[in-house]
Amino acid sequence: MKYLDEYRDPVVARRLLQEIHATATRPWTIMEVCGGQTHTIVRQGIDELLPDGLRMIHGPGCPVCVTPLELIDKALAIAARPEVIFTSYGDMLRVPGSHTDLLALKARGADVRVVYSPVDAVDLARRNPDRQVVFFAVGFETTAPANAMAVLRADALGLPNFGILVSHVLVPPAMTAILESPATRVQGFLAAGHVCAVMGWTEYEPLAARYRVPVVVTGFEPLDLLEGILMTVRQLEEGRHEVENQYARAVLRSGNTAAQDAIRRVFIVGDRTWRGIGPIPGSGLHLAPAFAAYDAETRFGVAALTAREHPHCVAGEILQGTKVPTDCRAYGTLCTPRTPLGAPMVSTEGTCAAFHNAGRRNDT
Amino acid sequence: MCLGIPGRIITTGHDEGLRMGVVDFGGVRRDVCLAYVPECEAGDYVIVHVGFAISRVDEEEARRTLEVLRALDGGQALAGELGQ
Ligand code: SF4
Repeated sequence: MKYLDEYRDPVVARRLLQEIHATATRPWTIMEVCGGQTHTIVRQGIDELLPDGLRMIHGPGCPVCVTPLELIDKALAIAARPEVIFTSYGDMLRVPGSHTDLLALKARGADVRVVYSPVDAVDLARRNPDRQVVFFAVGFETTAPANAMAVLRADALGLPNFGILVSHVLVPPAMTAILESPATRVQGFLAAGHVCAVMGWTEYEPLAARYRVPVVVTGFEPLDLLEGILMTVRQLEEGRHEVENQYARAVLRSGNTAAQDAIRRVFIVGDRTWRGIGPIPGSGLHLAPAFAAYDAETRFGVAALTAREHPHCVAGEILQGTKVPTDCRAYGTLCTPRTPLGAPMVSTEGTCAAFHNAGRRNDT
Repeated sequence: MCLGIPGRIITTGHDEGLRMGVVDFGGVRRDVCLAYVPECEAGDYVIVHVGFAISRVDEEEARRTLEVLRALDGGQALAGELGQ
């Protein structure tokens, strides 16, 4: 397909790799933020073709993986109610909560349905006025415009039986938290192209200046990633720390202002806990007071639930880039994509699943 | 859920006030909300996330980036200069 195949050209990819080898004279550590980018890098083996000292760290950019356990438990508590049709993106169904997951609950008779888009959940509420329809609104800035529109639409159509369970997280505060961590080794970032398509990249300018790290807004195809890596290495070698845009075909500096307006109407910025990382100030979205009536947490009285992680799971260190999945003693044995112990093994965007699907072994 | 993919708008329309359209993804067609790309019409390429177009793919920029990449000589000029 146009604008897809061209960005997978193996001949150009090889030249880009050679250019990276010719440019990098010292060891550098770069983090790609987005799980979609992790998936391409690991599947194509890009990280293994880079110069020896050039390390890619896989960042916290998988929304399934960073949704805190207690929100999964809240989702399960709401989905178990007989009056509820619980709707979610497909990749949330197998994320393990403390005791079960949504798929197992569905097998036991709960009305759990996969939707492609949150407006499909609004349609379900319209067609089932005697049921409560709840949508599990997880994700980064990329899904926030869709979730905002679902709430605006339910409001416009006057649907009191629609609600959302919100677990929205924001990328720049997480990048700041990673840079503030004493253990961090990250020297440059590939910013998530589609997050920037929505939000623009002005938020990264103070971050790049303050921490003296290059940030390159990068797309998702192999050539995008290789060019993003090359642009970051060039900056590092030259001692620059700017925000550059590799993904100019889809990203404007100001982002998508219509989408930002909708997000700002429906949500307010507040603190969020990231699974594996912990609480990060100002790193999430919550429903604005004007739309509080659509908040499923308060409607179903699950706001106070808390939960604890599996003791083997080192997802936190993996999300922060201080460990890789093959460092985890459960990787590939107790924990596999069919029997996930932690969230990064569930989603194909998760680092543990990306490693497992690419056949990476513990001894490599 | 977080993977956005480019597709081409085939038709545009409305559903009770919401701007919608049919988008083709290499042969697979889906209903997509176009509320956030009011400037886009049939024939335009858009990036779609969870049923919403979140940005337009600028064909001129797409071509320009590819030209830059295809012009790369993979460090051979540098290697030549260094006599390798
Ligand atoms: S392999 Fe499984 S248990 Fe280990 S860190 Fe990844 S998700 Fe957690």
